[in-house]
Amino acid sequence: MSEVLSWTLAEARDALSKGEVSSVELVDAHIKAMEAARALNCFITETPEAAREAAKAADLARSEGNAPALAGIPFANKDLFCTHGVQTTAASHILEGFVPQYDSTVGENLQKAGMISLGKTNLDEFAMGSSNETSYFGHVKNPWRLPDGTDTVPGGSSGGSVAAVAAGIGYGATGTDTGGSIRQPASFTGTVGLKPTYGRCSRWGIVAFASSLDQAGPIAKTVRDAAIMLEAMAGYDPKDSTSVNRPVPNYEAALTGDIRGMKIGIPSEYRMDGAPEEIDALWEQGKAWLKDAGAELVDISLPHTKYALPTYYIVAPAEASSNLARYDGVRYGLREMRDGGGLVDMYSATRAAGFGREVKRRVLIGTYVLSAGYYDAYYLKAQKVRTLIARDFAAAFENVDTILTPSTPSAAFAFGAKSDDPISMYLNDIFTVPANLAGLPGISVPSGMSAEGLPLGLQLLAPAFGEETLLRTADVLERQAGFSARPSRWWED
Amino acid sequence: MRDFPTYVGMVMSIDLETVKKIASLARITLSDEEADPLKGELNNILAWVEQLSEVDTDGVPAMTSAVETSLFQRPDEVADGGYAERVLANAPSAEFGYFAVPKVIE
Repeated sequence: MSEVLSWTLAEARDALSKGEVSSVELVDAHIKAMEAARALNCFITETPEAAREAAKAADLARSEGNAPALAGIPFANKDLFCTHGVQTTAASHILEGFVPQYDSTVGENLQKAGMISLGKTNLDEFAMGSSNETSYFGHVKNPWRLPDGTDTVPGGSSGGSVAAVAAGIGYGATGTDTGGSIRQPASFTGTVGLKPTYGRCSRWGIVAFASSLDQAGPIAKTVRDAAIMLEAMAGYDPKDSTSVNRPVPNYEAALTGDIRGMKIGIPSEYRMDGAPEEIDALWEQGKAWLKDAGAELVDISLPHTKYALPTYYIVAPAEASSNLARYDGVRYGLREMRDGGGLVDMYSATRAAGFGREVKRRVLIGTYVLSAGYYDAYYLKAQKVRTLIARDFAAAFENVDTILTPSTPSAAFAFGAKSDDPISMYLNDIFTVPANLAGLPGISVPSGMSAEGLPLGLQLLAPAFGEETLLRTADVLERQAGFSARPSRWWED
Repeated sequence: MRDFPTYVGMVMSIDLETVKKIASLARITLSDEEADPLKGELNNILAWVEQLSEVDTDGVPAMTSAVETSLFQRPDEVADGGYAERVLANAPSAEFGYFAVPKVIE
């Protein structure tokens, strides 16, 4: 393995600016690694030619002294972000062959900062899943295996993005997080995953799942890298009416290493009956690390926590059923027709052939809970409980700066282990969903290993637009945890 | 709003006919082989979310925005457009500068 693949984004940036390495060298090494890792199925579409061209241009710009801060640094782009001239599928058959005529704002921002996409990463279909088992383009494998060599899921929905970063393909990746789709897979793969405050990054040009919950964010090797990438991704965008018009701080500068006197909330409701002992043990360890660094632990209560998942499984399918109405065989993607069929037959046949099982399940649930007579009982009720969940956090943040919880209720599991029971799969997001409902930023930091040698993450949460405090705390947690394990590169055999 | 009977706050077990009715509203053709397992799954999910009924939400406003913000206004001016060929570039069928669909009026 080329040495440059083990660098962090910050190290690559510094080496490039000192002229110790060229972008062409970095990009070539990453393309080789990408091609050698096809067994992981991280990418739906690889774009090596475009990446090489961009690397040459970045080296030229640098030699002329007008290169942007991250010029020439390769990353992986989740296939939910529209890319001008490059197929964008959302891992769905219904969008196969869709070639957008524009870039997402986040993608454009990363390009302006100089970053170079290696290709489009695999995900759960329309980002609906927690194991990357619902992709039309096949499962992504976690670079981390069980001791007997059994493959494990990378988590989801940003499974291809996290697997790529964990395998050293790209110095970071884009993800989206609707109920945990950045943080849960980051936890499963020993990577850092940051979901920003709702409105921090533009949603324009990202295939919509549940619009009041969706938020783009970085997946990275380190907290510092996540800070650097977030700064490039974030910002106001008039094309997204929910993007918030406030300046983007220098997030890297927030990593002072000093959390003395900071108050860290410990919510009693996040101790789940029946959760593996090692999850609690890691949480205890996390508390000790932050206390050791000078923070003060404060017991808090978030009383409506247990209602977050059922609330989510009303709100998210409702919004999805509405958003996915646009896939009708008229403007893009798949069209299915039977001879002599009319327009409605075409819609129904296209959607039957184009959507996978989990997507159909959620569209049907969403259609049902929004239907007359049920709207008040389900959707309106869920939006009221959502207010109570947000109020829980608002009250807690009057007394604490950040909140520490486990990221996930378990380590990565084997393929098929939870796919027969939707609800047991949904429970994966039990610790991550509340932040989406309340619009708050959260981050998963690799912090330990399961008994079976798989990575485990701890999650930190902060008030809206508290990314600097969040990153400062996460950086200290990362230093204290000193997580340095890497998967064996079995896929290169 | 659609034509379902009103059973506010009650768990209704949905039957096969209702699954097909929902699928028809969602414009997804379902075979009987698909509809039958879905009936069980949807009922499980609906029974599970029913626990929200134990939360007292009297006087609680529904959340309408995940972040405190107000919508801005922009001048009502044409800011983009004029490229029909790009708009149609991904159409499964396009004719004479329009999206083409099967005949709607007999």
